[in-house]
Amino acid sequence: MKFARDTWLIFQRQIQLLLRNPVWVFVGVFQPVMYLLLFAPLLKPALNAPTQAAAYKIFVPGLLVLLAIFGGLFQGFGLIAELRAGVIERSRVTPISRLALLLGRSLRDVVSLLVQAVIITLLALIFDLRVFIGDLLLAYLMLALIALMTSAVSYGVALKVKSEDALAPLMNTVAQPVLLLSGILLPLTFAPGWLQGIANWNPFSWAVDGTRALFAGDLGSDKVWQGLSITAVLAALGVYWAARQFARSVR
Amino acid sequence: MIETRGLRKSFRSRAGRETKTVDAVRGVDLDVAKGEIFGFLGPNGAGKTTTLRMLATLIEPDGGEATIAGADLRKDPAEVRRRIGYVPQGGSTWDESTAREELVLHARMYGISKADAQRRAARALDAFQLTEYADRKCKTYSGGQRRRVEIALGIIHEPKIVFLDEPTTGLDPQSRAHMWDEIRRLRADGMTVFITTHYLDEADALCDRIAIMDNGEVVAEGTPTELKREISGDVVLVGLDLAATPQAAQTLDGEPYVNKLETVDEGGLRLYVDEGATAIPQVLRRLDHAGLELRSIELHRPSLDDVFLTKTGRSLRES
Ligand SMILES: Nc1ncnc2c1ncn2[C@@H]1O[C@H](COP(=O)(O)OP(=O)(O)O)[C@@H](O)[C@H]1O
Ligand SMILES: [Mg+2]
Repeated sequence: MKFARDTWLIFQRQIQLLLRNPVWVFVGVFQPVMYLLLFAPLLKPALNAPTQAAAYKIFVPGLLVLLAIFGGLFQGFGLIAELRAGVIERSRVTPISRLALLLGRSLRDVVSLLVQAVIITLLALIFDLRVFIGDLLLAYLMLALIALMTSAVSYGVALKVKSEDALAPLMNTVAQPVLLLSGILLPLTFAPGWLQGIANWNPFSWAVDGTRALFAGDLGSDKVWQGLSITAVLAALGVYWAARQFARSVR
Repeated sequence: MIETRGLRKSFRSRAGRETKTVDAVRGVDLDVAKGEIFGFLGPNGAGKTTTLRMLATLIEPDGGEATIAGADLRKDPAEVRRRIGYVPQGGSTWDESTAREELVLHARMYGISKADAQRRAARALDAFQLTEYADRKCKTYSGGQRRRVEIALGIIHEPKIVFLDEPTTGLDPQSRAHMWDEIRRLRADGMTVFITTHYLDEADALCDRIAIMDNGEVVAEGTPTELKREISGDVVLVGLDLAATPQAAQTLDGEPYVNKLETVDEGGLRLYVDEGATAIPQVLRRLDHAGLELRSIELHRPSLDDVFLTKTGRSLRES
């Protein structure tokens, strides 16, 4: 009860500050729209898809997972600014739940990601994408779990390294192989065997496959439950680890 | 109100490949009474902040014990948090939110209901004369205004003890004087105030009792008057022409009230005496008798800096 209240308190504050910054809101909406509009003409020939709609079924889930990963991974920068301002220290002398300090922030990231995802999906509908609502909601759950995990990990790392100069290269080094080996923008079906072998060890690759299966209306596919389970477990681990950093971070 | 025994903390810091251990706090014993302004005086790096952060449950001590407002620091940090307020050295407000938002949020982090938090925020804004700026973003505040918001945050839940880490550092003289008044008002409200400072005059004028800290250890503790009294006696500075100095030294050396006599390079004498007020007339009479003309005479009472100097061999002004 106290935990839920504390989380809500932090979440509310974070959302309020987010909405106060019109630039951020604009970028958050504008960016995905650009991806969709500027990539759209290239999709059908590049993916060798029979129709525009088929191309979108492959591309849109990848784009959404991409946004979830990156939206989360770079949230740590905001936390370092808060750390520097003394806001975190001030929170940590109160009896507020340490898990709430993390979760309130991560949930803001999840919500802002889901808003982006909804905008993209609606736009894609104009381009003839068709998804069942149930499948779509499950795909959103997957995205929420990914964003939860990446933002929590980013916060935890931020508390450990405490400086932007260390966080930026670290997050880039993590993000790049993860991105390239997940088949996010182009599916790995055409990749040579060794590359697919490596990709099997990339949890985001499973998440992308699962999300694609959902967009394809293939709810029964093993990829769906596999992707969901892997991301759920990783999100739980990420949250647990990051909350511990909030509990014991030094300065 | 606060009782610590043997509180210790070291940090390991890495410089390249070598790991270095800094003993930031090496066994601190303190007894702070209810309702006093207790000051921690010491140069930068003395370990003041580290001690405060341990007492505020932000970092775990490596050793030692502490009871704070009746709660055990090690066994029940959550209860300690409920009973104390802490205002960090480097600020604690967010540029983009307003003083009122910060106060309401902070009160609610203590589990206070929204309506009550809003009432408390309004009251605190009024008490700290911030109402006029209450709904402006913190980044638009002056240094003094911002510091007042931070103190208000530290006491919004009416703690029994509030820790203020260098509350006046970086403030202009007027804001400083204003801040001293605020701190005295907290004491008048029955709160125990624990401040750190590296200003001698602040420790002297504001604090009921002080502990002088250097290099992780408390080197002296007491009321400012007690500490200064420990440094025996006063110093009388006699200004003389260079030519007259040797004769004056001869005249005064051996006088029963002069404990020690030093000549000053540019001319003049420094006399160490028990009681300046009674020594000065005798010095004047003696020099007059000898037909020596003096340029000036000054009474120098020991300051906290002299206390620091005798305890550590360094001047606080220099370190
Ligand atoms: N987190 C930390 N990691 C490493 N060293 C630290 C840390 N915090 C403080 N120190 C070191 O501990 C010593 C005491 O610092 P501090 O308590 O901040 O002193 P003060 O507040 O009296 O200026 C300093 O030498 C400082 O460099
Ligand atoms: Mg300090």
